[in-house]
Amino acid sequence: MKILIKKGRVVDPGNGRDEILDIFINTGIIEKVDKNIREKGDNVHIIDASGLIVAPGLIDVHVHLREPGYEYKESIRTGTMAAVKGGFTSVICMANTDPVNDNKSVTEYIIKQAKTEGVCRVFPCGAITRDLKGEELAEIGEMYAAGIVAISDDGKSVKNSEILRKAFEYAKLFHIPVVSHCEDEDLSKGFVHEGRASVMSGLDAVPAIAEEIIVKRDMAIAEYVNSPLHLTHISSGGSVDAIGDMKKRYNQITCDTCPHYFSLTDKATLSFDTNTKVNPPLRSKEDVLAIKEGLRNETIDIIATDHAPHDLTSKDVEFNIAASGISGLETALGLSLALVHEGVLSMKMLLKKFTENPAKLLKLPYGELSSGSPADIIIFNPDLEWTVDRSTFASKGKNTPFHGWTLKGKNLLTIVDGKIVYRDPSFK
Amino acid sequence: MKWNKKDLLGIRELSREEILLVLDSAESFKDISRREVKKVPTLRGKTVITLFYEPSTRTRTSFEIAAKRLSADTINISANTSSYVKGETLKDTAKNLESMRPDVIIIRHSMPGAPHMLSKIVDSSVINGGDGAHEHPTQALLDLFTMREKKNRIDGLNITIIGDIAHSRVARSNIFALRHFDTRITCSGPPTMIPPDLESLGVHVEYDMNKAVKDADVIMMLRIQKERGGVSYIPSIKEYSTIYGLKTEHLKKAKKDVVIMHPGPMNRGVEITDEVADGPYSVILDQVENGVAVRMAVLYLLTGREA
Repeated sequence: MKILIKKGRVVDPGNGRDEILDIFINTGIIEKVDKNIREKGDNVHIIDASGLIVAPGLIDVHVHLREPGYEYKESIRTGTMAAVKGGFTSVICMANTDPVNDNKSVTEYIIKQAKTEGVCRVFPCGAITRDLKGEELAEIGEMYAAGIVAISDDGKSVKNSEILRKAFEYAKLFHIPVVSHCEDEDLSKGFVHEGRASVMSGLDAVPAIAEEIIVKRDMAIAEYVNSPLHLTHISSGGSVDAIGDMKKRYNQITCDTCPHYFSLTDKATLSFDTNTKVNPPLRSKEDVLAIKEGLRNETIDIIATDHAPHDLTSKDVEFNIAASGISGLETALGLSLALVHEGVLSMKMLLKKFTENPAKLLKLPYGELSSGSPADIIIFNPDLEWTVDRSTFASKGKNTPFHGWTLKGKNLLTIVDGKIVYRDPSFK
Repeated sequence: MKWNKKDLLGIRELSREEILLVLDSAESFKDISRREVKKVPTLRGKTVITLFYEPSTRTRTSFEIAAKRLSADTINISANTSSYVKGETLKDTAKNLESMRPDVIIIRHSMPGAPHMLSKIVDSSVINGGDGAHEHPTQALLDLFTMREKKNRIDGLNITIIGDIAHSRVARSNIFALRHFDTRITCSGPPTMIPPDLESLGVHVEYDMNKAVKDADVIMMLRIQKERGGVSYIPSIKEYSTIYGLKTEHLKKAKKDVVIMHPGPMNRGVEITDEVADGPYSVILDQVENGVAVRMAVLYLLTGREA
């Protein structure tokens, strides 16, 4: 199949490009990126992208596809459909499935399912420890051979510093990063951020230091054993400061934040809407400003969704016992484009955090529009206003605090491996 | 001033005018309880359900008496006898109750926000009878009623609240209510029981109880919320009582006509000595009496609102 994308504004951070160009795709590969490409023949599908942005397909380093085990919350099929709708062409799925992805047979299962059911690329993240218990190392080498691209006990921190140190050391053998979920277990018994809102709601609270303590500990261990560390879903200003300081002297630290940490504050939890319950919790206005500044000054390298789909019953209960998490794949681009509209980031810088940087972290051959690279491409309208309606989500997870929000910017077309896998109904 | 809210979920949602409307309405209901025939037909034909997921003597009885004196039919459901123990969710319980068309549901629950969830499901009026550490609106209303009764005003009062502020819904609701008036609110208790951002609600924090009671018009004592893990916040009950138990000597530092309040249940000898609890400054039993009047007023206003 041949596709010619005409006259789009090609924003390709990996190649430092932001200009009006055409892109010609032939059998899954980007053959040419140039001005006024002329390709003739009946078998060339021409897409007019004038007035639109053409970018590398987005890469999400943190999603929960819930398969195997929790298919009533999400499946590889529905999760990847949500991904391509949101503009993502590669997703990294976390290990907290049932059974846990802590051995090669689960890794192989996910990869096999993704091949037959998935509509975008799926890369599994293996567990650090067996059954995510934090007690003994998972079979990282075997999982690596089967296809994992990182290891993480996401959902909790590895409490035992000695085990974590061994994980850092062992992962060096495979050159894969350790991805840390940062929350001190003992300080994280609550459900919302500790601050003015929690004083008002009386909900049990988690202080920001619960995250910051583990951020600092994990960075100290990584530096000591000279291993790469990626800190995921950073939510507090204190964490951003600590990471910024560490980056000045140690260059193997990267981190990501999620759209909800720069779009909402803990004030949203005053409604007791369980869709605002997420781990780590929504934080204060000051934290939101610090996260935005961290994105601007490049302390925060990546924007990930922490897409955490849940069934209705898990959320339609009292706040304390509701499941944590936000179904994020379909709102991430729209929420993040607000950073461009507000002037926090340039378009190129925003897309860098969704393409070049995650590709670099996981050594993936995607995330840029070079001739000869695999054709993972999206076309989006950065100014198109639309209203979030969770009933139209491709994801099984309708759990979003953004239902009813008007977002500016929408993905219109997604190409994975040279094939059009998603087209917005409004885009002819 | 007319009441037009469907529910009473918290003081946080109320204006000063709405608070005063409840207090003013309660004045007239107080007389009814002192008559020989303690019943008026105001709520005849109405059904009031108390749905209590946490144990309570005072609050439930008070609501039940209030409803009965207004001629409503009352049904009491408590967690240990309901389907809750069989695993039914609050949502399903709510839907089932709703099918029986009650007019008012009074809910007490250990989790903040449970009444809010209930109110979204049912058409009946919902009254928050205490939700975790969040709010206990009728307690705050009866406390303000009692303050006004004893002091003839609320504006200008110095109110000191002492104890486990972090876990206290009574403290929260009182703070939200008193902030609508020109009051000085001082909170005292062990630093482990004072949340870090408490002052952002517009109160003063004074850990030293001897300073906290100085010039107080009202001293409100709270109990340690054992059911919310309160005990682990202090080394021992004995030590707590030594440092934060209200004794006669404290009263000398307060205003001459200070009143002592306690939402109950009291732990005598822990946060309050017998001498103070039963002494001349105590208005603790007046609070209980006023509770019935205030709850009658709330039931009246909620069921009488314009549809």
